[in-house]
Amino acid sequence: MSNDAAQGKRIPYIRLRNIKKSFGHVIALDGIDLDVYPGEVMALVGDNGAGKSTLIKIISGVLNPDEGELSLNGKTFKHLTPSRAIELGISTVYQDLALVDCLDVASNIFLGREPLKACFFVDKKRMNRESEELLRRLKVSIPSVTTPVEFLSGGQRQGVAVARSINLQGRMIIFDEPTAAMGVSESARVLELIRSLGDEGFAVLVISHNLHHVFTIADRICVIRNGRLVKDFRTENTNPDQVVGFITGSNRYSGEYTEESITAWR
Amino acid sequence: MFPKIKLLLGNIFPQLLLILVMLVMVIFLSVASPFFLTWDNFRNVFDHSSLYIIMALGMTFVISSGGVDLSVGAVAALSGVCMAVAMQSGLGVGTSILIGLAAGGLVGATNGSIISLFKINPFIVTLGFMSLARGLALIITGGIPIYGFPRAFTWWGSGHIGPLNPPMLLAAFMAVLAALVLNMSRFGYYTVALGGNEEALRRSGVSIHLYKIMVYLLCGVTAALGGLIVTARLNTAEPLAGWMLEMDSIAAVVLGGTSMKGGRGSIAGTLIACLLLGILRNGLVILSIPAYYQQLLIGMIILTAVIFAEVRSRKGLAGTHKKERSTAV
Ligand SMILES: Nc1ncnc2c1ncn2[C@@H]1O[C@H](COP(=O)(O)OP(=O)(O)O)[C@@H](O)[C@H]1O
Ligand SMILES: [Mg+2]
Repeated sequence: MSNDAAQGKRIPYIRLRNIKKSFGHVIALDGIDLDVYPGEVMALVGDNGAGKSTLIKIISGVLNPDEGELSLNGKTFKHLTPSRAIELGISTVYQDLALVDCLDVASNIFLGREPLKACFFVDKKRMNRESEELLRRLKVSIPSVTTPVEFLSGGQRQGVAVARSINLQGRMIIFDEPTAAMGVSESARVLELIRSLGDEGFAVLVISHNLHHVFTIADRICVIRNGRLVKDFRTENTNPDQVVGFITGSNRYSGEYTEESITAWR
Repeated sequence: MFPKIKLLLGNIFPQLLLILVMLVMVIFLSVASPFFLTWDNFRNVFDHSSLYIIMALGMTFVISSGGVDLSVGAVAALSGVCMAVAMQSGLGVGTSILIGLAAGGLVGATNGSIISLFKINPFIVTLGFMSLARGLALIITGGIPIYGFPRAFTWWGSGHIGPLNPPMLLAAFMAVLAALVLNMSRFGYYTVALGGNEEALRRSGVSIHLYKIMVYLLCGVTAALGGLIVTARLNTAEPLAGWMLEMDSIAAVVLGGTSMKGGRGSIAGTLIACLLLGILRNGLVILSIPAYYQQLLIGMIILTAVIFAEVRSRKGLAGTHKKERSTAV
């Protein structure tokens, strides 16, 4: 409880108010209010088609909302653009990865912010060197940073996408199902990274279907169903059964939890 | 190490094959005609190829970016006509050339703007501009060629610089510039990325409209340079000049290994392909085969090159892909 009170005084990194978005007849988001805080890993969970990816695309400026507003750094926006979002410190690992297959690993990691030399030439050597360092730091194993990403495995591609977003040096990092194509050890490393980003003070928003992962790394769990935010939990105040209840809409679980049911999941 | 070498070889395979075909052709033509292997004849080949090289360089950027520009032949004619009209009205040679280049750039930028802002298929848009530019060239001249230009202008087509001539040097200069820009500049990276995954580039915060417009603008300018050479060479601005030059440019680019789907472009390949086509045309003349067959052959070459590239990207690359995956797991 004291935790919740303390959180109330903190300033959110981003604040969404009444975000609505439709695609033709499909209402993807139906009035979302959401605050994401620095130093906190927030998990967004929900069924397929609940609107999670649409929501993070609005935060990263890829989509414009039909209604509602976003506040950051004391400024309010009707919508963002990808470059504005990046300037405001928001970097995103998209579910569909958004890598350029024909470019190599280093060029993808630096896409849009290639270092230059002599004001014209892309400094490929520096890009390669810094990409190697970054990948080593993130413990992503890739044969060579000069390999085109089309030759990489699904897990390696996700590793590159994660490195890309870290390299943007934002203060808020969004992961849309970052471990979906990864093996056990690869996803363990990414989860560790996400947790450490939260501890280092980044505002972290993670979408995942894997409740086990969610309960391992998240400080907060928000459930989204049919485009509405139906529940906002502190992780220690809930358990997987209850979360599943809100995801499916059955709310089977009464809401009490026991120490055992949580530790069992952790 | 080994997969890396294989990858490199895989990347330059089409170009290596072209060089091989070129060697076979050179040997065959040398045997068939004593005239073929002379400096005069090679100078001829380079001279003719320079026009195609310059126009195909711009086309390489457009096709790498996942587009196509069917208007280049008509834009070459329109630019030539603009230069001629400017000179007739008493403007200097330099100013007139700049006006012609600006006209080409303007058509290119308009092509790019419509394609990018309205998200319309480049094939349709540039087909429209092909007709529009040709129509303008005909309207401006009233359908009658304009001729008789100052020496300083015709120098661009038939001048001499030692054993070489201005079109050759312009082509060489442009080729080096294009290679540097496509392979080493941000503009080049984004050109390829536009063809590879436009949405990824957009999400990286890059203005895809700006870069797409620049790609077509560049192609319009190289088309206008082609117009300069054609007009200066013939000492005539002919509204019907540059007929089917779009076909020759596209053929050279595709033959050179640039992917019609975008995301892969090779300036060296375009250069080699232009020379190959130049030797082919020259060979047909030397062997006194009627010019009509050139048209037939170019068509066949485009089809063969596209089929070859498609089969290769399905078989070859998909194969390496799987292999890399299994070793990675
Ligand atoms: N570009 C689009 N065009 C049309 N419908 C879309 C588009 N993107 C998402 N949707 C629809 O919006 C809803 C929410 O999708 P999404 O945000 O991807 O869900 P989630 O990521 O939670 O699985 C779904 O019904 C989906 O079909
Ligand atoms: Mg999704």
